[in-house]
Amino acid sequence: MKKTMYEKIWDSHLVVDAAGQAPLIYVDRHLMHEVTSPQAFEGLRLAGRKVRNPHSILATMDHCVPTKNRDLPIADPIAKKQIEVMAENCRENDLNLYDMKNSNNGVIHVVVPEHGFVHPGMVVVCGDSHTATHGAFGALAFGIGTSEVEHVMATQTLPQKKSKTMLVQVDGTLSKYSSAKDIALAIIGKIGTAGGTGYVIEYAGEAIRALSMEGRMTLCNMAIEAGARAGLVAPDKKTYDYLKGREFAPSGKNWDLALAYWKSLPSDEGAVFDAVIALNAADIAPQVSWGTSPEQVVGVDGAVPAPESFENESKRKACESALAYMGLTANTRITDIPIDLVFIGSCTNGRIEDFRIAAEVTKGTKVARGVKAIAVPGSYHVKHQAEDEGLDKIFIEAGWEWRDPGCSMCLAMNGDELTKGQRSASTSNRNFEGRQGKGGRTHLVSPAMAAAAAAAGHFVDIRTL
Amino acid sequence: MEPYKKHESIAALMNRSNVDTDQIIPKQFLKKVERSGFGAHLFHDWRFNDDGSDNPDFELNKPAFKGARILVAGDNFGCGSSREHAPWAIADYGFNTIISTSYADIFYNNCFKNGILAIKVDKNQLDKLMAEISANEGVRFVVDLENQQVTTPAGNGFSFEIDPFRKGNLLSGLDDIGLTLKHVDKIGEYEARHKQTFPWLWV
Ligand code: SF4
Repeated sequence: MKKTMYEKIWDSHLVVDAAGQAPLIYVDRHLMHEVTSPQAFEGLRLAGRKVRNPHSILATMDHCVPTKNRDLPIADPIAKKQIEVMAENCRENDLNLYDMKNSNNGVIHVVVPEHGFVHPGMVVVCGDSHTATHGAFGALAFGIGTSEVEHVMATQTLPQKKSKTMLVQVDGTLSKYSSAKDIALAIIGKIGTAGGTGYVIEYAGEAIRALSMEGRMTLCNMAIEAGARAGLVAPDKKTYDYLKGREFAPSGKNWDLALAYWKSLPSDEGAVFDAVIALNAADIAPQVSWGTSPEQVVGVDGAVPAPESFENESKRKACESALAYMGLTANTRITDIPIDLVFIGSCTNGRIEDFRIAAEVTKGTKVARGVKAIAVPGSYHVKHQAEDEGLDKIFIEAGWEWRDPGCSMCLAMNGDELTKGQRSASTSNRNFEGRQGKGGRTHLVSPAMAAAAAAAGHFVDIRTL
Repeated sequence: MEPYKKHESIAALMNRSNVDTDQIIPKQFLKKVERSGFGAHLFHDWRFNDDGSDNPDFELNKPAFKGARILVAGDNFGCGSSREHAPWAIADYGFNTIISTSYADIFYNNCFKNGILAIKVDKNQLDKLMAEISANEGVRFVVDLENQQVTTPAGNGFSFEIDPFRKGNLLSGLDDIGLTLKHVDKIGEYEARHKQTFPWLWV
């Protein structure tokens, strides 16, 4: 039988498939951060259970860590407690933790690939929905809840229902000004935030092959915003080249064994998907979200839609309430929307490539009056790499703040946040009400678009720069 | 987990679509390291005014919905982050049943792990239930998981589908880990094979 990549990974990880029970699948890698794990450790302790395979775990601290003045004690007592509890749990269970002061620290989904911890064909979980990021390597990677974190720690398995498969085929060539972020947003704009519910998406086609590993991570990262359980890209030479030589990548004889296996993973020619969506990359303009759901998105040359333009009643209502929350009027051109704050960072767009392109746009500009712009590298490695390339200077000279790594304004849990009514251009992944601070208004964009907005004080069509 | 029993309870109405987990439990409350006490912060940003007083316009603050155990909500409930704090908050507040047309996958899974029955109905059925509650706030529905039936005073009852595994776990209150550990030998066998097939993962 011809199989999709998802089916191959599923079949090779099936431990038990007993009648009347959800199938149990084996978990190869388990990623952790400080917010969704403490209660799982608590549960484990209370039940007198142990971590079955400590080597399968890599942990970091990212959600509530400060991105400046990291030498000072953490001001927020609860964040401080979370961080202490994380360190304690990892020590007690002998887990590999890149804590706040460790030179490997950063946002979990940025750090993990840097160390080659995830390989093609693995099943990877984390108590975090953006785990989908690692699908860029051809691994089945998805977010789980805290009870499941506990389950995986205790059993190394997870009861799972098999997902349906969706092929998202993106052919054609992306314009120089559009990026993986724009593909991700355009897909969500097309299928909606529930479009992928129940599916694992495989991204394929010329435009996907052309993306770098960083770009593929950005794309898979937002599979979850399309409602999907996970996103996958078939491994190829780029994947292997990226992994080779990294700390947790196989080496020597094992490399050859692994490589042979990895090459067997791509979906068989003629394998059947439950749904197929096609887009042409050449049609994808730089995207800007205008509402409070990632599906409320439009090309930068477009305008804020009017509620009446939606036929579906619930979409119409959603548009109305989004416009009210966002303080926007229908038919306003996107390029006429002024912004107060710019954030470049997060596990979606906090990698070296993102800062390179943003720096290219920023070079020789100044942050517009009244605008605050912060660049938060996804990890210390990204930060140091950028500094070696002199990118930090470009940002600083233009009036940006250059921070330490962390989730920062992606979810505004560490004190970096919007105040009521403030509007951001953000490279993160969610524009929900209050995501970046109560009453804050978020527009999701690519790093290049964010950098251009910082200099102009409003959105700009970077194709016209 | 408490076993899920047949019950008759007030059904609260939340006529909004795409209620996301950032609204269910705003992130400022995620910093706790314990499992309990999240109910006090459920829907915080909608539920309370800036000065901390109750927002009378928020639906769950209506006196008629006090003590509700059933939440009837619009499409795609629970979208957004995978935080399990969302179902913890919902359960801790007192709900043990949600009725909607659709749920985000992760949220749906998490509900069952926390003793919450998430029922899926079609749009037409949801509209009827919503109309019944609007017309008679404080109305009580009967939820019978054993027989997969919901009944309402105005006769808008229906039967619902549910995965037998999830149903069994809710009814018995058995925890997932205990169930899985019944297969611990199989896991060991799988691991032995895994070491043979993927030796590079075990160095
Ligand atoms: S950067 Fe944002 S999306 Fe990514 S892990 Fe952190 S909070 Fe989650």
